[in-house]
Amino acid sequence: MSLDSASIRRQFPLLQQKIDDHPMMYLDASATSQKPQIVLDAMNDFYTTSNANVHRGMHVLSERATTEYEKARESVRRFLNASSTDEIIFTKSSTESINLVARCYGEHFLKEGDAVLVSILEHHSNIVPWLQLKEKKGIDVRWIEVDQQGQIRMDSFESQLAEKKVKMVAITGLSNVLGTLPPLKEMIASAHKAGALVIVDAAQLAAHAQIDVQDLDCDFLAFSGHKIYGPTGIGVLYGKKDLLGAMPPFLGGGMMIKEVTRGHFVATDLPAKFEAGTPPIAEAVGLRTAIEWQKTFSWKDRQDHEREMLALALSELKKIEGLHILGPKNPDQILGCISFVVDGVHPHDLTDILGSQGICLRAGHHCAQPLHDTLGIPASTRLSISLHTTKDDILILTPAITKAIKILKK
Amino acid sequence: MDLYAENILDHYKHPRMQGELPDVTVQHEEKNISCGDTITVTMKVENGTISNLRWTGTGCAISQAAMSMIAEELEGKKTEAIDALTTDDIRALLHVPIGNRRVKCALLCLHTLKNALHTLRNEQMQSWTDTVGNESNAS
Ligand SMILES: Cc1ncc(COP(=O)(O)O)c(C=O)c1O
Repeated sequence: MSLDSASIRRQFPLLQQKIDDHPMMYLDASATSQKPQIVLDAMNDFYTTSNANVHRGMHVLSERATTEYEKARESVRRFLNASSTDEIIFTKSSTESINLVARCYGEHFLKEGDAVLVSILEHHSNIVPWLQLKEKKGIDVRWIEVDQQGQIRMDSFESQLAEKKVKMVAITGLSNVLGTLPPLKEMIASAHKAGALVIVDAAQLAAHAQIDVQDLDCDFLAFSGHKIYGPTGIGVLYGKKDLLGAMPPFLGGGMMIKEVTRGHFVATDLPAKFEAGTPPIAEAVGLRTAIEWQKTFSWKDRQDHEREMLALALSELKKIEGLHILGPKNPDQILGCISFVVDGVHPHDLTDILGSQGICLRAGHHCAQPLHDTLGIPASTRLSISLHTTKDDILILTPAITKAIKILKK
Repeated sequence: MDLYAENILDHYKHPRMQGELPDVTVQHEEKNISCGDTITVTMKVENGTISNLRWTGTGCAISQAAMSMIAEELEGKKTEAIDALTTDDIRALLHVPIGNRRVKCALLCLHTLKNALHTLRNEQMQSWTDTVGNESNAS
């Protein structure tokens, strides 16, 4: 059965509103997704009936809250096919998850002269923590180049690995600008052969493709709840148990200790060891609900729908004179989003004019400045596809963009 | 009212006072990295008077139009005219409501001019918050 995106759209209350009589066309899910009613209800229910702090106290509410929180962890474990819930750490975001690895693994197990290999496709959140490590510990940060289409240059990757300096590869599962998908499995196998670990930034990938951490054999993987129809304020770090076990804790505080004396503390077991302080409990409930909700659609149907929308968008955008699509023009080579530039028209002006007609696209460098520098452009405009994207969302674009260009073109 | 009003588009498409001056007294560039807007101001200052002012820049219509408009006002004025400039002056020139998403575009000219003046006087640069004010992002 194919995906009924029009019916899915009706499950999103935010999309029902109008902007100056224009229907809401939300094509910015790569920045953050909208939330279906069922997720909003689950969080509201939690606060209404079960709110308490977790893992502290014997009363009935504490037990309910703890059960809900741990059910969310199990739901995430299945979502990623991890082998143990000890490998699922709740954080505040993908960004925090990556920082945790850079600090707790990088600062303790990498030394001056070691290199971290980062791709040009990366979001700043998978670049800056490694540059911070470079500042602190003299670790070398090196780059995996991409070709004109935004595909990883495997020759560049393999030749850097061959030098045997690389101890960590930090790679996105899906480019948040070009929609290209690095060949993760192949890259992870090569990295392991060369003695390097791999952290996958799955912030975008998690919303568009099935992830199996055991099949990938990645060492760490990060994603954010808010990009997969869940709430903001919660992220996930997956890490192999032996690695997480060997790493020192991240933040210090409640929940992460076994015992504390006047002079000393002992960190507790996984996963709580990395979850200092009161965690995002209602957000975990929301995330679990979002994951369970998505399971009602098969990955095949989701990707068929997405590729249909991407193909339509590509053929529509091609009709516009002076518009240049960044990255592959073949819908089979991308997922999630398409970015483009228009000769003589600044993305901010374009998206401002489109926004006033209820069409929400993202403009800027999308937190991927090295990629934009490599492409030789300061900024671009991005449209993203989600479960609720319909043909109408796409078909409205061509006339709207054409009209905006007419206003702005010198 | 429409952000892309005729006067803004006119200044964007036909920018005034654009260019570079030979032997200037001060030159200063500011950028909005997040959107790629750039403005460079060059001024010739004689006895405290801005005898010549030219600017170059790239970026969105709002940032470029605002610079074009304010440049016209400043040539021949005392440098104190830049001290006296406020965010409201720029808003008044643009004459359209500027929402918080476009504040940095609209006020890049002001930020560049203020810091050009600080450069001229060997003073410390001012921050974005100094330029736009605390409330701006919340409005
Ligand atoms: C590829 C990629 N990585 C990381 C992030 C950071 O996600 P968050 O801001 O939720 O930490 C994003 C989102 O903007 C992203 O697109």
